[in-house]
Amino acid sequence: MQRIGVFICHCGTNIAATVDVKAVAEALGREPGVVFSTDYQYMCSESGQTLMRDAIREHKLTGVVVCSCSPRMHETTFRKAAEKEGLNPYMVEIANIREQVSWIHKDVAEATEKAIILGRAAIAKVHLNKPLKAGESPVTKRALVIGGGIAGIQTALDIAEAGFEVDIVEKEPTIGGKMAQIDKTFPTLDCAACILTPKMVDVAQNEKIKIFSYSEVESVKGFVGNFKVAIRKKARYVDEEKCTGCGICTEKCPQKKVPNEFNMGLDTRRAIYIPFAQAVPKVATIDANYCTMMKTGKCGVCQKLCGAGAIDYKQQDTIVEREYGAIVAATGFNPMKPTQYNELGYATCEDVVTSLELERLMNAAGPTAGTLLRPSDKKHPHTIVFVQCVGSRCDAENEKGKPYCSKICCMYTAKHAMLIREKYPDTEVYVFYIDVRTPGKNFDEFYRRAVEQYGVHYVKGQVGKVVEENGVLKVQASDLLSGEQLHIDADLVVLATAVEPDKSARSIATMLTASMDTNDFFTEAHAKLRPVESPTAGIFLSGVCQGPKDIPETVSQASAAAAKVIGLLAKDKLTCNPCVAESDEMLCNGCSSCEKVCPYGAITYTDKEFRGPNRTTLIRRVASVNPAVCQGCGACTVACPSGAMDLKGFSNRQIMAEVDAICKM
Amino acid sequence: MQDVKEFRPKIVAFCCNWCSYAGADLAGSSRLAYPADVKIIRVPCSCRVNPLFILRAFQRGADGVIMAGCHPGDCHYTSGNYFARRRMTLLFSMLDYLGIERERTRVEWISAAEGAKFSKTMNEFAATVAALGENKRLEDLRCKK
Repeated sequence: MQRIGVFICHCGTNIAATVDVKAVAEALGREPGVVFSTDYQYMCSESGQTLMRDAIREHKLTGVVVCSCSPRMHETTFRKAAEKEGLNPYMVEIANIREQVSWIHKDVAEATEKAIILGRAAIAKVHLNKPLKAGESPVTKRALVIGGGIAGIQTALDIAEAGFEVDIVEKEPTIGGKMAQIDKTFPTLDCAACILTPKMVDVAQNEKIKIFSYSEVESVKGFVGNFKVAIRKKARYVDEEKCTGCGICTEKCPQKKVPNEFNMGLDTRRAIYIPFAQAVPKVATIDANYCTMMKTGKCGVCQKLCGAGAIDYKQQDTIVEREYGAIVAATGFNPMKPTQYNELGYATCEDVVTSLELERLMNAAGPTAGTLLRPSDKKHPHTIVFVQCVGSRCDAENEKGKPYCSKICCMYTAKHAMLIREKYPDTEVYVFYIDVRTPGKNFDEFYRRAVEQYGVHYVKGQVGKVVEENGVLKVQASDLLSGEQLHIDADLVVLATAVEPDKSARSIATMLTASMDTNDFFTEAHAKLRPVESPTAGIFLSGVCQGPKDIPETVSQASAAAAKVIGLLAKDKLTCNPCVAESDEMLCNGCSSCEKVCPYGAITYTDKEFRGPNRTTLIRRVASVNPAVCQGCGACTVACPSGAMDLKGFSNRQIMAEVDAICKM
Repeated sequence: MQDVKEFRPKIVAFCCNWCSYAGADLAGSSRLAYPADVKIIRVPCSCRVNPLFILRAFQRGADGVIMAGCHPGDCHYTSGNYFARRRMTLLFSMLDYLGIERERTRVEWISAAEGAKFSKTMNEFAATVAALGENKRLEDLRCKK
């Protein structure tokens, strides 16, 4: 019989206000096997843990039940405390009486009754708990960063700084990401390229960092500390080792009419190209969809001109297998294409652009060499209308948009407005907004400068319609504060479109078995306390793939993720989750049902000798589970027809005991 | 006049640790109420839920059982909820055959971000089960003391 101690946490008044904690302690104290039961204001505090440890010692407890907040919050805390007192950490169970009781029920009697029942279920489970010992597995001292934007770059640099190897996988021909496309950055207005490109060079020169550009993650196997990743290096038809990046091919290629994605399609590039002058690696790539040689077999101009002999039209995709201890998702974002908003005319009017397109139009390295000219007639626009929250902050029912705030648009629009007014004082700038949201260091000051010093017209209201008439964009909008309808003749309309997670993020999340929210942002392990970790062990999050962020936030999160990775890679051995499946060889009939459902291939079969009747020996095929590979999902336990497979920590008997306790009442 | 006690159903909810249990936590931290009749049992994955657990709950007097897991395709263990979905389909058709009201059992996919859905589902389910009344057909009276 176990000797169980029960501890009821008040959580300040979070629990105690709706649950009669004394009554719960008293009721649970009468349960069979419970030798000690008490309540305390904050069980997770130092003194609360001391109380628990003293009780374990004094009452010789063999099991502990803590009625407190969610086990997702403090299970580890209490298990560690128990371990310090020599109790096996897996003899501790949590009854969640905060999230599941006090926070959602108002009636004290009802809440108290439910708390008692949940406590009883936990006690019933602890009666059947067995001490579990976690196994150990080695750590591969190398990290993988998926995505080579500023988030991935910063994470990789920080990990390399600590002396560990890092690989960056970037699907584009160059690293740099969205930040490389940006002209200036708020709130300091320093140029993005000047602060990003030196970092890109650092990455290229760092011996610890290997860049897989124009590559994608093909598959991920394994688990924390021991990931096996297949990387597909897409054929770029140029030998990376030989290409010197001289760029002669990109000047002489006769196929000139390829939309230049780096400039958001505002100009064209050649079929063989280097995305931008500071690209890393500075290696040309052939776009097979446009290359005349690839399509017709006649041309070969680049091959003839290439002094290094780097062109290889027959290059194939190659798969590289690498091992990693930790993986960082830094898959970033794309601004939404606002084609579904017919009323805003993006699809029909050339002079309705997105903010990132405007960014290229204002960039010295962009298609207009930094002179602001509108795309249709290459004339300087005199009236510019900015429309905020295009696709952001929509109702949940509105399928066109996103429910969240994209966070960066208010600031970059203030930046655009300010830069335009500074460079072209004769331009009138209107900004239509729902709210202006500028929290952040020096952010609100920046926005106020746009309004007060630069005379940008901020109008609270929404733009209803944009129609083109004789080269003029007729903007119809409402001014919510004056209650008037406004009609503005604009030359250029700029849409601040929603930040969307990159399209590849979902398939990557599936490979990593990392969870995502309904908007396809990666979910963090804990919204407040573990913001850079995925709930999946060994997977870390960096940058906008976790939620909309500006550059300073992205960089700090990137460094935070790096710190977590370093913490993991610095360990020589990892303790595994001991709640894994185990097979009872006496019951197993070797039918292979479990092996078929195991997503990790953790189950193998061996022939074992058993003692048969009349002193004979029988050889039977039985299943055995590799505890280092098993992740403890329990699929096999249900598939097993003979009941031989069980899951430690969530055994059939434990779950049945919980069911019984709940149904008893 | 005798005071007739209002019928309160006993409902067992199996929630997977990664999505639905986290969804329940989110419902809690967002203070989205659902009836106290719902009691949650945490399992690592919906595929850990043996159909026998559900029968056991009915045998012991539960009036409704709901199983909640990650959305298909989003399973933390890649494929667990697909297995769970198949198994539950089989179990439900068996319960149907036994003449147990179909509404007493339910499977829902609730992600960690869907606290509102968790609360809404539990409210609906509790109301449905309450309307059905006591589970008399499967309860084993010998299990009662």
